[in-house]
Amino acid sequence: MYDAGKIIVGLIIFLVLITSPVWYNMASGKSEVVPQPKIITAEKECVMGTEYMREKHMDLLNEWRDKAVREGERIHAAPNGRKFNMSLTGTCLNCHSNKTEFCDACHNYSAVGQPYCWDCHNIPEEIK
Amino acid sequence: MGIDRRKFLTIAGLTAASVIGRKALGDSLSVAPESNLLPEENRLIGHRWAMVVDLRKCKEQHNCTKCIDACNAVHNIPQFDNPKDEVKWIWKEHFKEAFPNQEKEYILEGLLETPITVMCNHCDNPPCVRVCPTQATWKREDGIVMMDMHRCIGCRYCVAACPYGSRSFNWRDPRPFIKEINKDYPTRTRGVVEKCNFCAERLARGQMPACVEACEEKALIFGDLEDPDSEVRALLRENFAIRRKPNLGTNPEVYYIV
Ligand code: SF4
Ligand code: SF4
Repeated sequence: MYDAGKIIVGLIIFLVLITSPVWYNMASGKSEVVPQPKIITAEKECVMGTEYMREKHMDLLNEWRDKAVREGERIHAAPNGRKFNMSLTGTCLNCHSNKTEFCDACHNYSAVGQPYCWDCHNIPEEIK
Repeated sequence: MGIDRRKFLTIAGLTAASVIGRKALGDSLSVAPESNLLPEENRLIGHRWAMVVDLRKCKEQHNCTKCIDACNAVHNIPQFDNPKDEVKWIWKEHFKEAFPNQEKEYILEGLLETPITVMCNHCDNPPCVRVCPTQATWKREDGIVMMDMHRCIGCRYCVAACPYGSRSFNWRDPRPFIKEINKDYPTRTRGVVEKCNFCAERLARGQMPACVEACEEKALIFGDLEDPDSEVRALLRENFAIRRKPNLGTNPEVYYIV
């Protein structure tokens, strides 16, 4: 093979350059832009802890969906014993009524954009 | 026989990669802990839900549509101008279409002109369930034939399989055609099938189906067929009732008192 050394070195330089933002973020420990979801609610506690919700709200929503629709179970007991209806519109959006500033802040940032939940599930403020 | 150098390096490399990979992915691989479930205390529980339609009472209230209006309002059912796009959960059918095999003429005199209130029969042997490739439609243990819009891929096998025309396909985006959206119930999207669900969401809250509640003449009666003391059983014991297309073997669970 001709010029194998040069090609490999070139490839390595290319890879380092193209992944440099990732390395930069890893090294500096923070990214340039951080989404700032705004929580406006009178409630003190969510249906699960904040850490859990931050990481796993999608898992929780999937679980709620299956429990409610397929198994007919519709009541969720929060860690503090309070009961909630398993309802995206009725429970989640009831507190987080500022969907644009709350949900969308992170979703747009992480390019999850508008999950198609909203094609069917109502966003209270948007209902005439 | 020991393992050779090449094999050792492969295994070592894969192990290292998997350890690093897991670290990088963090905890996101671990399964979400089951959130706790509680039964709703006043939830209505049945073993074989069924509906009885007292046609004698419907006949007296000829053009009454209270049941239909209530259902449409609760479930965000769109009203299209074009009958081809129609979405219906409970509607009226001519006697001859509802009961094509029924001996009529003099036997059921007077009923032939009465519009018959029809809906999904929540068949005990539902062909729609058998053909659904995704189990988006399935039969619950309490007999309700349910739709899971999240899973429906819109193949419309069920539409073809249902001999009662109980299923509607959403050809168009329904939202602009809903007069007033009930925020407690989702709307649908284009490309899914829907039908009457015996108000499963209301039973879960301890309420009767919306149509039953709306009918002031009590022409619609809902109850548990397996409970011998239920109102539906009493009505069927004391009255002559017919079912739609019984010869097909679907075992419909909507009964019509004539
Ligand atoms: S009436 Fe049609 S949609 Fe309803 S359960 Fe029977 S076959 Fe299925
Ligand atoms: S249209 Fe939906 S519910 Fe009907 S058979 Fe296909 S996937 Fe199942």
